[in-house]
Amino acid sequence: MTADVRPPAEAVSTALVIKGARPYGEGEPVDVLVRDGVIAEIGSVTVPEGAEVIEAAGQVLLPGFVDLHTHLREPGREDTETVESGSAAAALGGYTAVFAMANTDPVADNALVTDHVWRRGQEAGLVDVHPVGAVTVGLKGEKLAELGTMAKSVAGVRVFSDDGVCVADPLLMRRALEYSTALDAVIAQHAEEPRLTVGAQAHEGEQASRLGYPGWPASAEESIVARDCLLALHANARLHVCHVSTAGTVDVLRWAKERGTKVSAEVTPHHLLLTDDRLETYDPVNKVNPPLRTGSDAERLRAALAEGVVDCVATDHAPHAPQDKDTEWNAARPGMLGLQTALSVVVETMVKPGLLDWRGVARVMSERPAEIGNLPEHGRPLATGEPANLTLVDPAAEWTVRGAELASIAANTPYEGMRLPGVVTATLLRGRITAREGKIR
Amino acid sequence: MKHLLATDGLDAATATAVLDTADELKHTLLGREVKKLPTLRGRTVITLFYENSTRTRVSFEIAGKWMSADVINVSASSSSVNKGESLRDTALTLAAAGADCMIVRHPASGAAHRLSGWLAEAGTSVVNAGDGTHEHPTQALLDAATLRERLGSLQDRRIAIVGDVLHSRVARSNIHLLTTLGAEVVLVAPPTLLPVGVDKLPVTVSHDLDAELPAVDAVMMLRVQAERMTGGGPGQSFFPSAREYSISYGLSERRQALLPEHAVVLHPGPMLRGMEIAHAVADSPASAVTEQVRNGVHVRMAVLYHLLASEGAAA
Repeated sequence: MTADVRPPAEAVSTALVIKGARPYGEGEPVDVLVRDGVIAEIGSVTVPEGAEVIEAAGQVLLPGFVDLHTHLREPGREDTETVESGSAAAALGGYTAVFAMANTDPVADNALVTDHVWRRGQEAGLVDVHPVGAVTVGLKGEKLAELGTMAKSVAGVRVFSDDGVCVADPLLMRRALEYSTALDAVIAQHAEEPRLTVGAQAHEGEQASRLGYPGWPASAEESIVARDCLLALHANARLHVCHVSTAGTVDVLRWAKERGTKVSAEVTPHHLLLTDDRLETYDPVNKVNPPLRTGSDAERLRAALAEGVVDCVATDHAPHAPQDKDTEWNAARPGMLGLQTALSVVVETMVKPGLLDWRGVARVMSERPAEIGNLPEHGRPLATGEPANLTLVDPAAEWTVRGAELASIAANTPYEGMRLPGVVTATLLRGRITAREGKIR
Repeated sequence: MKHLLATDGLDAATATAVLDTADELKHTLLGREVKKLPTLRGRTVITLFYENSTRTRVSFEIAGKWMSADVINVSASSSSVNKGESLRDTALTLAAAGADCMIVRHPASGAAHRLSGWLAEAGTSVVNAGDGTHEHPTQALLDAATLRERLGSLQDRRIAIVGDVLHSRVARSNIHLLTTLGAEVVLVAPPTLLPVGVDKLPVTVSHDLDAELPAVDAVMMLRVQAERMTGGGPGQSFFPSAREYSISYGLSERRQALLPEHAVVLHPGPMLRGMEIAHAVADSPASAVTEQVRNGVHVRMAVLYHLLASEGAAA
């Protein structure tokens, strides 16, 4: 399960002490000594000479976040995001590892592209960038990409996805699932039956009908998830469901898990918070795929995440240029930024209402995504000897979102001007501070 | 009134004021050899059409010209849109060139709303002349004007809207406006041509046209919008055949006989004679199709008046 072929990134040798934070937000405040990239001591720590000190009274210490679903747009659309700018956004958002989706230009359907993305991530050095490989050549859904070659490349690809489009052909999906079992990999599906969503622009329901948006029915997602769960069970393969958006999908996942299917699922922050009421604005900053659903869908998603039926939060961070968003709805590209706002939205939707405590936040934003993505260095317990991939959060602080001030090159955030709770104050990658007080280090 | 983007949210007083103005304009111009009023002299009105249209564009053009506005027609097929210019940049360019009002037809729902946002600084008024499958407010206003003429009032009148409701911006605008003005609306269509969540709208739904006709004061036939029936292949079949559609939902002479004597027949056009509506019904005294077109000019004159010439125009 832990065939990590790439060499470990360099860890810092100088010592660092985090003073007065509460691990998982529990118990009494403690000091944490970080040395040589690992947690060396937890408790009452004497600060070594020359050590950097982070005063963290009142703050929550968590394992660094892992995002299974990020669009870094490099190669191809570097005008909207690069591996470097996306890495900065990730570090500022509390992430220590991200998975970069394959729908770049050219598509990451071969080891040359996946290795390029991985190397660019290493150069940026702010988070571990793990490229996702495409399931099919060119995302066309016709022929399997060279999954084995990508898995054995320096990038060590372990997650494959045609995200952006669905692997719609059931036979091809069966083959992908079967083939992936030999690679210790997971197939991450963008669940969207394409025949049911031709021309779709928004969630098919009362709002879209009233406002005249062609509808994207919930059943288009649910039918593919049901089909894929059966295929995964048949192949004894690992299936990951991207951006779950409907209550019906939650029911399918529960059923499949009870039958022993190796299925995991993610939900985006925006599907936890935002609903199709936003269609009223006609502003494509709210256009996303799958679309924003109803309030009752969002409520079911929040409950499913708390319960573990949905395993984790993933951002679906999707930067877009102004000319692709400040337009009429039909012409706009779907997607919104997510890396720097994810924690705050999780606090707003899950922590504040009491659906998750901070240990739960660690589970859905660090531990489960790291397990699903097969990252042995990430999502680890806060314990001595563990890698110092850490995130510090001030739970009492609030901030106002300003798209232009985010680290991404693009600025398409639906939370513009919104005041959100929970501020990431520091992120450490193997003991090195990558982000501190809203700035990249 | 700064813009006319939708009938959803248009209050009864404003709608009635526009209809009353249209009525006044109609009577003012009645019998005049030269149909020209000086009301909008010096004003520039641009029609910006991203979809093919004859009746709506010409109706707006005549309305503007009868009010002495300078009317300029821009169509997507013969403009910089063909060179890849965005709607936003095209609109900002036209506003900078001096447009006081932009009348837009666009295939995207919400395009007129977006336009009004982009043009806020320029102060240009926007009229929605049909956006995707969302709304076509002046069509609903001209339908209401026609029904008022024929029926006197819309209060407590029962009106059937029949056919392709799913793809119809005319139906959406009429549902909102007719119910605001006090009418009851019944939608008659196969389930495949009704929008999801239709039960949340202020209407009743029926699949039996014969059963509805004896109790309605007006029947509004809709165009079957084959061009919007996307999906390709077998999924394109929203109904089995034109023949079956006609049998179930077409307004035949036999069906017309079920209507009360005073009932009015409307159709926004263009009509598919023989399928949606029988030839004889379309040309019968009950049919108000030609009056709809005629009233359309006066209603659009009234809308331009309220946007550009009335006391509230600067608000």
